Amino acid sequence: MSLEVRSESSVVTHEDVRLIVRQELERALKRDPAAQRACIIASKGTLDWAYPPLILASAAAAAGMDAAVFFTFYGLNIIHKDFRRRVKVSPVGNPAMPMPVPMADTFTSLPGMKGMATWMMKDKFRRKGVAALEELLEVCRESSVRLIACALTIEVFGFQESDFIDGVEFGGAGAFMSDARRSHVTLFV
Amino acid sequence: MADVNEDTVLDCRGLQCPIPVVRIGREMSTLGPGEVLKVLATDRGAVADVPAWAADTGNEVLRWHEDGDHLVFYIRKGAGED
Repeated sequence: MSLEVRSESSVVTHEDVRLIVRQELERALKRDPAAQRACIIASKGTLDWAYPPLILASAAAAAGMDAAVFFTFYGLNIIHKDFRRRVKVSPVGNPAMPMPVPMADTFTSLPGMKGMATWMMKDKFRRKGVAALEELLEVCRESSVRLIACALTIEVFGFQESDFIDGVEFGGAGAFMSDARRSHVTLFV
Repeated sequence: MADVNEDTVLDCRGLQCPIPVVRIGREMSTLGPGEVLKVLATDRGAVADVPAWAADTGNEVLRWHEDGDHLVFYIRKGAGED
């Protein structure tokens, strides 16, 4: 893009100024580093809610953005070393979950139903070609997505820093805000 | 329109969002400017995702079409400058 100011006359017109400002703004916006950053909060620790933050962070990294996911409260489950066993899904309290046949809450809350629902969702995802959580976590780490664990919730829930997968950083609301204010994409999941 | 000849083929059939764009990104990083990657995909979201990804990363979807049960994209690697 070249800056073209009509130079036949030495008078800079109102139109010339508008053109210069527009072109300079476009140039600045193109270089805006915030357009290259995504900060996502993952606050839920069930299998269904573990997917969106990891999928979005992976997609951001694939598009060349610097992405960070801040795991807080139940979201810590997703980056716990034992996430394969801990991250589950339950139909209880979720009337939107598709079930093979209609089931009453009194039935879906029976022992073993949570395990069955988790198995069913994982099986369906696998058959449909959806990446498993470990694959998405691997993609995140390989593409330099920052995985940040909330120090406060670690303390409150009685976790140790060593409970979390390799590469996890630790921080708080201040660190998140510092990143978020420099990111056009901020999401709370 | 002249035929597009690909330099490399990437098969993303059977893979769901976001893995196709993740794989495309990795594959494109091995190509030189102007080289063309042909991508096969069954993820319907790719119709929107792949052109958006290309626009954001300075690459270009030359064309895409449906071929039976899957989608075919031809993506040309950009010069590396936005």
